Amino acid sequence: MQATTKLLAVDGDSHKTSRPRSLLQETSKVSAMEIRPILATLRRHKLTAVLLTLQVAFTCAIVCNVAFMIVHRVQRVSMPTGIAENQLSVIEVLGTTQGTNPQAQQATDLAALRAIPGVESVVATNGSLPLSQSSSFYGVCPTMQALQQAMQAQALGTACAQPGKYGGSSGLIKTLGLDLVKGRDFHADEFVNDDDPPVAIISEALAQRLYPGQNPLGQALYTGAKNPIRVIGVVKTLLAARLRMPGTDYYTMIYPQLPDDAYVFYVMRSAPQDRARVLQAARVALLKVDPSRLVPASGIHTYTQIRAQYFQRDTTMIGLLIASALGLLFVTALGITGLANFWVGQRTRSIGIRRALGATRGQILRYFQTENFLIVTFGVVLGVLLAVGLNLLLMKHYELARLPLWYLPVGAVALWLLGQLAVLAPALRASHVPPVVATRSV
Amino acid sequence: MFGYYLDLALRSFKRNRTLTALMVLALGLGIGASITTLTVLKLLSGDPLPQKSARIFAPQIDPLPSASSTRADQVWRNWGNLMTWTDAMNLLHAHRAERQAVMALSPMKITPQALDQHPFFSDGVITTSDFFGMFDAAFQYGSGWSAQDDENRAQVVVIAGFLNDKLFGGKNSVGRTLRVNDKDFRIVGVLKPWAPQPRFYAVSLGGRGYGNGDAVFVPLETGVAAQWNTQNVNCFDTGVDINHLTTAPCSWVSLWVELRSASDAGAYKTFLSNYVAQQISLGRMHHPEVNLPNLMGYLAQQRVVPNDAKLQANLAFGFLLICVVNTVGLLLAKCLRRSREIGVRRALGATRKAIFAQFMVESGMVGIAGGVLGLVFTELGLWAIRHQPAEYAKLAHLDPSMFIATFVVALVASLIAGLLPAWRACVVAPAPQLKSV
Repeated sequence: MQATTKLLAVDGDSHKTSRPRSLLQETSKVSAMEIRPILATLRRHKLTAVLLTLQVAFTCAIVCNVAFMIVHRVQRVSMPTGIAENQLSVIEVLGTTQGTNPQAQQATDLAALRAIPGVESVVATNGSLPLSQSSSFYGVCPTMQALQQAMQAQALGTACAQPGKYGGSSGLIKTLGLDLVKGRDFHADEFVNDDDPPVAIISEALAQRLYPGQNPLGQALYTGAKNPIRVIGVVKTLLAARLRMPGTDYYTMIYPQLPDDAYVFYVMRSAPQDRARVLQAARVALLKVDPSRLVPASGIHTYTQIRAQYFQRDTTMIGLLIASALGLLFVTALGITGLANFWVGQRTRSIGIRRALGATRGQILRYFQTENFLIVTFGVVLGVLLAVGLNLLLMKHYELARLPLWYLPVGAVALWLLGQLAVLAPALRASHVPPVVATRSV
Repeated sequence: MFGYYLDLALRSFKRNRTLTALMVLALGLGIGASITTLTVLKLLSGDPLPQKSARIFAPQIDPLPSASSTRADQVWRNWGNLMTWTDAMNLLHAHRAERQAVMALSPMKITPQALDQHPFFSDGVITTSDFFGMFDAAFQYGSGWSAQDDENRAQVVVIAGFLNDKLFGGKNSVGRTLRVNDKDFRIVGVLKPWAPQPRFYAVSLGGRGYGNGDAVFVPLETGVAAQWNTQNVNCFDTGVDINHLTTAPCSWVSLWVELRSASDAGAYKTFLSNYVAQQISLGRMHHPEVNLPNLMGYLAQQRVVPNDAKLQANLAFGFLLICVVNTVGLLLAKCLRRSREIGVRRALGATRKAIFAQFMVESGMVGIAGGVLGLVFTELGLWAIRHQPAEYAKLAHLDPSMFIATFVVALVASLIAGLLPAWRACVVAPAPQLKSV
């Protein structure tokens, strides 16, 4: 008799199911009926329950923030550039043949590259492409007055912006696959070598920044050059060569400017499956024009490679973040399963007694599920608070954005599901404890 | 007694094999992640010149025009120790420090003499004669150039060991000719392998922070006279003539000084303030603020360690924390289940201390096993990092101190995890446990 009293006291969930009921009735009433005895039991396992609650809380806090970081990075990595990314390849050439005019050399090169089967079009650039990292940013202002103010204050102020500049030979818009939404492409006589060009095409984002509410066509760009540059066209989207500040990354402009003589980057457009072959052929063709020039292997890329290279750190970080989030959830699930297993083992006799007194398997199963639900709920409530706190800390130290509140319920639901999944196996094991256990002596 | 506890612990593990394995696995994962990220962090935040970094300083002044609203610390944060040519030359020629050198980075075209080898571009530095002595760059052959060579714009060059291996098969090439940017230079020195990590002097000059170092070193005045391109030019006024950088309002060279002792910094800072005050009275400068961080202070100011690496380390420690909480929970559950065994041992005369020791030994063993597994995970993690294309990736190796740290972290984590269960176990009162049998 002693033994029985003791075990019942440990679990505190006896005498409840002495009246047999139909299954239907039971399912509807079970949770309300059982919460009190479960709480009583948990009070007897205070320490373990508190530890599990803490673990769930920490996991909830970290996973919510990690998920937010993952989404943030994925958005960054998937930024559209506005160009025909999967059709472009780039090849770099260093130096010109001695005594040759660089423009003549470029014309020869372009003709040689255009002759490669599969090449739809080709342009010479100075190496700046969206996300290529090699970049020049120019301060530009919509008026002379704004430019003077900005120069003196060493700050762009509200009127001016610092867009990324691109340049290239005739056909750049078409080759890159840019969407020219307003105005026209460059005329052949507008191209310059080293000087400032008379005209430029700008991105829609820059147009809205510099000339809000006005027609950007025909407006002047003040850059500090001798004469202001006239806007003749607007492209829908064009990302800068380097991401610097969110909100300014689409401020870009295109100059009709031929590359200077030392470095030339030829950008070729072809069908995606032809890119590797086109690059091979391009190297051969360029060396055939002049074998003494440099066509380094490190300067031959498809645009897809250039983009992947730019985001390499971010993709690594995304992988790490996903791995750590999964690892955390896994360890927490492990803890829940392990503890539940122990509790089931510890209470085998009382489960047997309950079964002998008429409890169904479903009731035993739900007992453990409800118990888990309660613990995880405590953990999640604490975890949501911790998540917000952790986010504030991250905002302070790592310039992270504020965690949108809807991550919190999503995280909570995820942990509830995880808890139920983790407790399922031990709970099923418990529900299969036969009533006869109650009659066995220890 | 210890042996007996070990035996008891092993028996207890055998009884719950899966659970023990899972505990060890969780702990191992946490430790592996923490030590991997810590190794990377240590690598990134290392001292590039441990023997003298406290005596190396980066003078900083604010050259912006009077109307500028940018705060001086912001200027230094963005531009590091970049200076205009005039200021750098004035401070260099003042010779107020033990050693001082001015430098800029310039990509250089190297044309090998062998006809079958193509020309290629190398990372180059244009600098002044004190560079090698100040930064402890030791010579394999020959030596650096003299201050006289700096003034005479001598056509001399110092090359790195790896370039010497590539071009001259590692033989003594002092006195031979190297074609740099289509001009002939006489080699005066070949460096021993020298690549401070991070490459602190390149940070503000627009260079890479890590990697195998620069290949070619040419006297500053020689390169400037030939108008070689430099990597990072920051202009701050209108009417810039980019082709005459020595007179343009642009910051593009950096100055480093070595002082006799760290305590001389105050005197040098005063000199710097006086210099700026003098330039202000001449109307050349407008902001009196000066700054003189030492090497490590400079690296902190320039935030050389990427935030990502710090974030990863914090995340890994969060992970370890959860693993430890997890282990505490499991050990606790396990020990509560053994109340009866403890009761019997206590009744047979074991003291509370003995029970406590027994459980600490048990959790210590989980810790050591977790440490061994953590070491495996660390090696795996570092292997994965070495296969990343990041510039510091090749340097990611487990060093002995980190190896020891793995075990210390594992043991401390598991002992902390074991404290609570062991305490619970030793306060078990023997009588009720025995009654129920």
